[in-house]
Amino acid sequence: MIAIIDYNAGNLTSVRLALEYIGADCEITSDPKHILAAERVIFPGVGAAGAAMAELRKLGLLDTIKTVVDNNTPFLGICLGTQVIFEFSEEDGGTACIGLVPGAVKRFSSSDPMCKIPQIGWNTVQIEWPHPLFEGIKDSSEFYFVHSYYPSVAARSYVMGQTEYAGVCFASAVGIGSLFAVQFHPERSGRVGLKMLENFSKWVPLC
Amino acid sequence: MLIKRIIPCLDVRNKKVTKGVKFRDNVDLGDPIEMAVAYSEGGCDELVLYDITASAERRPIDIDLVREVGKVVHIPFAVGGGIETLDDIYSVLNAGAEKVSVNSLAVKNPAIIAEGAKRFGSQCIVLGMDPVKSDDEKFASGYEITTRGFREFTGMDALDWAKKAEDLGVGEIVVNSVDADGTRDGFELNLTRLISTNVGIPVVASGGAGTPQHLVDVFSEGAADAAIVASMVHSGDYTIRQIKEELARAGIPVRCTW
Repeated sequence: MIAIIDYNAGNLTSVRLALEYIGADCEITSDPKHILAAERVIFPGVGAAGAAMAELRKLGLLDTIKTVVDNNTPFLGICLGTQVIFEFSEEDGGTACIGLVPGAVKRFSSSDPMCKIPQIGWNTVQIEWPHPLFEGIKDSSEFYFVHSYYPSVAARSYVMGQTEYAGVCFASAVGIGSLFAVQFHPERSGRVGLKMLENFSKWVPLC
Repeated sequence: MLIKRIIPCLDVRNKKVTKGVKFRDNVDLGDPIEMAVAYSEGGCDELVLYDITASAERRPIDIDLVREVGKVVHIPFAVGGGIETLDDIYSVLNAGAEKVSVNSLAVKNPAIIAEGAKRFGSQCIVLGMDPVKSDDEKFASGYEITTRGFREFTGMDALDWAKKAEDLGVGEIVVNSVDADGTRDGFELNLTRLISTNVGIPVVASGGAGTPQHLVDVFSEGAADAAIVASMVHSGDYTIRQIKEELARAGIPVRCTW
C-alpha cells in the first residue's frame, strides 16, 4: 500500500489515477497511523509553502513525515512536497520548513520577458546519479513542471537530477537513503513519469 | 529554454468530438476518450477538452467524461465549458483534470478567478478569451472580447482584460482568435504577440493552425508559449510528430521523445 499524504495542498487525484494505472495499491490519507503503516509514502502538493507548513502542523503530520523517513520507508516528494522538505523557503515572506534536505527554496527571477514565471511545461532532467528511480529512463528525458520557486541544495551529494530554467541550474531531483524528491510532476509526465512511479512502487532502498 | 507545447483541443458535443469554423457549422469527428489517448500516445504535450454545449444548455459539465479521460491520460489536461461555481472547479479537478478553463464566467464574475486561484492555485486556473477584431477606437489593442461562443460582445479590450486576469491570479491565458478559428489560414500573430509580450504568464495561441509552418510562426513571430491545434490534426492531414519535426528543424525547442 502506498499512502498519498493529503494536507489540503492541491489536487491528489492525478497521483492516485497514475498509481492505479500502473497497478499500485494506494490510499489518499491524512491519518498519521495510516501513513506510518504504509509500505511507501508519497508526499505531493501544489500551492504555497507557508500555508502548507501551517496545515501540516495543524494535522500533526510534521513528526509523521520525519518518522517515515527515519524508518527508511520509501518516500517520494513531488513539487511542493519536495520544497517543504528543505530547511527554508523564500515563499510567503520566508517560511521555515521541515529540514530533511539541507538547502533553501528560492524564487526564479528573470529579466527576459520571454521567460515566463511560473515555469509551466516540459523541461529536461539531466541525470546526475544513476538512482534506482531513474531506471529505464533516458538521460535528458522531459518531465512536466509547474513552479515559481526552485530548490537550491546545500550539499552536492543530494543532487540526483538537474534542470535549467530562467538562468539557473537547479536540483530537479534530490535523494538520500529512502528519500527521493522531485520538483516536476511524474504523474503528469506521460510514459517517463509512469516509469518513475513504477520504479518507486518497487524500490527497496539500501539502508 | 522551456519547451514549446503543442495542445490538441477536443470540442465535445453530445459525447462526440466536433469542429466548426468561426464557432459555427460543427461536424462530429470521433470519440473523445479514444482521441485523447491517441493524441497523448502520439506525443502531444497537453490536451484541452471543452464541453461546448454545457453553457448553452445550462447544464453542468460532463464530469463522467472528465473522469474517463483522467483514468487513461497521464499528461496535463485542461477542461472548460459549463463552469459556474468554485464547486464546479473543484469537481473538475477532483475528476483528474490538471486545469480548469474559465471564459464567459470570468467576464461575468471576475472575482471567481481570484477565489479559484487562492483555493486551488493559480496554475490550475486558465483564462480562455475569445477576442474579435474591431475598428472601434475605444479598443486600444484593436480587439474586443466576446463571450458565450461569439454570441455576445462585452465592450472590453482584449489586452486590458488579459492584464486584469493576470492581476486576479490566472496561471495562463488561452487567446482564441474568433477571426482565425477553424480557418486553417494561420494564427493571428499580432494578437498573440501583443498579449504574450505584455503579460508575465504563459500565453497559449489558439485558432487558425493549418500547417506546421503556422506553428513555427506563432512560436517565433507570435511569441506564444504554447499553441492549440484542432482541425489540422483532427482531419488526419498532420500528426503531432510531423508538426514537432518541423518545429525542431526551425530551431524551436520541442519534446521529441515520449
